[in-house]
Amino acid sequence: MQVIESGNVAAALGVKLARARVIAAYPITPQTPLTEKLSEYIESGEMDAEYIPVESEHSALAVCIAAASTGARAFTATSANGLLYMHEQIHWAAGARLPLVMCVVNRGVGAPWTVWNDHQDSISQRDTGWIQLYANDHQQIIDTVLKAFLLAEEVMVPVMVCYDGYLLSHTYMPFDVPDSSLTDRFLPPYNPAYSLDPKRPANLNTVTLPDVRPDIRGDMAHGYMEIRYLLHKSMLDAIPALKKIDERFASVFGRGGAPFIEPYLCEDAEYVAVSLGSLSYHLRDVVDMLRGEGIKAGVMSVHLYRPFPAEIIAQALSSCRGVIIFEKALSYGYQGALTSDIKSALYRHTQDSSARPSIVNYILGLGGREIATHHLYEAFKSSCSPDGMKGEETRWIGLKF
Amino acid sequence: MKDKKNYCKDISFSEAGPGDAGKTGSWRIARPVLDPQICTPGKRNAPACYICWLYCPDGVITRGIPPKIDYEYCKGCGICAQECPTKAITMVDESSFLEGAEEDPCK
Repeated sequence: MQVIESGNVAAALGVKLARARVIAAYPITPQTPLTEKLSEYIESGEMDAEYIPVESEHSALAVCIAAASTGARAFTATSANGLLYMHEQIHWAAGARLPLVMCVVNRGVGAPWTVWNDHQDSISQRDTGWIQLYANDHQQIIDTVLKAFLLAEEVMVPVMVCYDGYLLSHTYMPFDVPDSSLTDRFLPPYNPAYSLDPKRPANLNTVTLPDVRPDIRGDMAHGYMEIRYLLHKSMLDAIPALKKIDERFASVFGRGGAPFIEPYLCEDAEYVAVSLGSLSYHLRDVVDMLRGEGIKAGVMSVHLYRPFPAEIIAQALSSCRGVIIFEKALSYGYQGALTSDIKSALYRHTQDSSARPSIVNYILGLGGREIATHHLYEAFKSSCSPDGMKGEETRWIGLKF
Repeated sequence: MKDKKNYCKDISFSEAGPGDAGKTGSWRIARPVLDPQICTPGKRNAPACYICWLYCPDGVITRGIPPKIDYEYCKGCGICAQECPTKAITMVDESSFLEGAEEDPCK
């Protein structure tokens, strides 16, 4: 069914169709309408789930961790400082290998306070052991939420579904809401390998020792390092798993085919812009303008940020002259995190160093600073030459000093 | 990860019972030694007070007369000695139980 709704409602519809059984969330702008919508669905009986009100984001994720440990499909959502307040539990959920799904409605983090969009919140959680997927529009939000549950339960690693605050969360767009008979076929009920059982008490995620240890039967149990290695391995397994899930999704719903990256006019492009989220669709307008002037430009959107599909990204970029990375977040004191990751991917996967593309990193849109199309156009165009690609420093768009 | 055995191995998973993390008695640097003559039943000829049994965080003290301590798992925390109302439990340095303990181990 085609509807015109907000991005937050697209996410809520996805969670409802996924038949999540436990929702625990604390309201924070711009995520609030998503959790409000879920509480409405539950209150009206449209959705068979427990909505657990909590006093903080830390508790929200703690409730989801407990719920998932008992075998329930659980969901939460947050933004910015709320996500940071969860940070300790975010690491915990990954180490505990619980298949949670969380929407991160991207917003800049304080200080100073901002409620507006950038990507610093989710990028700062890059190394927590969660899978991170970025959606570019409302259709991708609802579709990605559905895929995220399947992916999380397949590899037993929690998934963040990230989408831009306001730009997507509060804008209205037409999108398809799949029929529940199809979503039930795509996403069967969660069948946990293990869940807490009062008849057989167990203690989960107890203190480990630096070395392996015998359990009560005398069998050797993994130590911290083995458990963490297996998390890394499962993260890497998520790459082929996501490909299969995307294929399955396409066979049921007829949409998909770009699970990791989404290139636009990249095939013959000499200069390729790269970004996360809705900005990459904004950049398509600029690519069209540059193509109109005879410049071979393209834009590539990164959907799967962790695990980082390094080989796929390197292959997609290795034949162009310049890669121009537009980021709404950065690792302060160095450069955008995506830029570092792409440089590392190209270093490893392009043998001939002289053939490696040059890289430029633009920082823009922090704290919701307006990103005007003509700013993108000027920045992109000025980079489309060997001279334009020179220099290591990050370039900032839209600063007003 | 779909099978239970793997899942329970891929996280830190403990069941109730002696010996999770192995024979933790080897962690001990001081051994609680109970003198039954000083213990409550010895003095009053009544059932033991079981304060040591109640306080032991590892559950390695029996509820018998006199209480017995399982040195295979006792970590030597000393709570029993601290709590014993008749001071029947003394913490004795483990080195004195080593063979040839009278010799200087540094030599």
